[in-house]
Amino acid sequence: MKSLILAVLRFYASSIGKKIVVALSALGLLGFLVGHLAGNLLIFKGPDAINAYAAQLHDLGGLLWVARIGLLVLVGVHIAATLQLAAANRAARPQEYVVSATLRATRSSRLMVLSGLTILVFVIYHLLHFTVGNLHGFYDADGAYRLEDGRQNVYKMMVDGFRVWFNSGFYLLALGLLASHLSHGVSSLFQTLGLTTPRTRPLFRLAGWGFAVVICGGFASIPVAVLAGLLK
Amino acid sequence: MNLTLKVWRQKNRNAPGHLAEYEARDIPVDASFLEMLDIVNERLIEKGEDPIAFDHDCREGICGMCSLTINGKPHGGKGGVTSCQLHMREFEDGQTIVIEPFRARAFPVAKDLAVDRSAFDRIIQGGGYISVRTGSAPEANAAPIAKDVADRAFAAAACIGCGACVAACKNASAMLFVAAKVTHLNSVPQGRPERDRRALGMVRAMDEAGFGNCTNQYECVAACPKQIPAEAIARLNRDFARASLKETLAG
Repeated sequence: MKSLILAVLRFYASSIGKKIVVALSALGLLGFLVGHLAGNLLIFKGPDAINAYAAQLHDLGGLLWVARIGLLVLVGVHIAATLQLAAANRAARPQEYVVSATLRATRSSRLMVLSGLTILVFVIYHLLHFTVGNLHGFYDADGAYRLEDGRQNVYKMMVDGFRVWFNSGFYLLALGLLASHLSHGVSSLFQTLGLTTPRTRPLFRLAGWGFAVVICGGFASIPVAVLAGLLK
Repeated sequence: MNLTLKVWRQKNRNAPGHLAEYEARDIPVDASFLEMLDIVNERLIEKGEDPIAFDHDCREGICGMCSLTINGKPHGGKGGVTSCQLHMREFEDGQTIVIEPFRARAFPVAKDLAVDRSAFDRIIQGGGYISVRTGSAPEANAAPIAKDVADRAFAAAACIGCGACVAACKNASAMLFVAAKVTHLNSVPQGRPERDRRALGMVRAMDEAGFGNCTNQYECVAACPKQIPAEAIARLNRDFARASLKETLAG
């Protein structure tokens, strides 16, 4: 057992090992994005659909906590490994070029740490806003956001939440950065896992962009619909 | 043609460096970049000044010795050429050219523009070889190799180990170099028995030397004078993952 643990630690200690950990944790987080978006889009089916979906999620009880802790671990591992890699990258060139040039690196690829950390700040804000609920008084005692059967009125939470301009603004900004993060991250993941070939490279690049546009466009449609008065 | 050069001058590894300005007058447009530096150096020597130190050897683009970062681009950024094969006709009369060494912690400056690239030798010692007796060359047709495999191995074997990939990388990563060597040797039958050991050994030597990590931006591919493709890095990642899994589970 000890030798197995040492072997796993040795893998993580290597540069490519950490990158593979980043890629695999990203894969899990991409799955979460798809599920989260599918749930959110139920808002367009009306209050009953999304409230019933929210109730179902809450009824999972212990399983919901397993998923939450799993996500937390994925996020933690993804960020910790990336920050270790970024620190090593910084240390690898102590003397910067006086004149530096970029030959072909995309803007998104150069903003990965910045976009990632901004998304982290957003996720904390987002959790305080909707899950913990103490930014907007969603869970306070007077029960304005409760249905008659005592369940959360998630529909009303979302509509009222997005009516506040800075909530929608920060949400859309974070989505823009998420799109940037995904456009590089998704195709990068295939390269790191060693799946890219000359033939599949353009496909994975396109998949990265396609995924970014579909996911972020999907999420953005909700605050846009609220602000446009389509959801009330 | 007349040029203004801003050249990185640094006495030794530990001394602080700075950009020094030189006027390079009456440079023939047909001169190579290194010949231009030769002319500047001859004039410096005539004046009794210390000539600019830079690495060079074959001057025909195959030895991998020349190593200049020209206006922020390794080998001038033309793609597919080394500094020695870059000609002054690519520049404009009156232009200011900034010349710096390849910059990376793993490539300490020896003097001026010459850097110590022995970290690459240590990576090769980590597994960039095959463990067979190297007596007389065997009959070439005795080991059949499929055409596509031979082509892939040959394209990777074109790497001259100049280090432009490290110099161009935003993270000073040596992944393209290691990937070229691993792709070359792991593709052919002579190298396959040591495939796993090679991937692990070379990556560990790379990490130990203090290079950065690949962020899949492919600056290296754009700068590589031998145009090693990014697929080599995907192959290295795959070989390393495979070897790690086997090592972790089987020991």
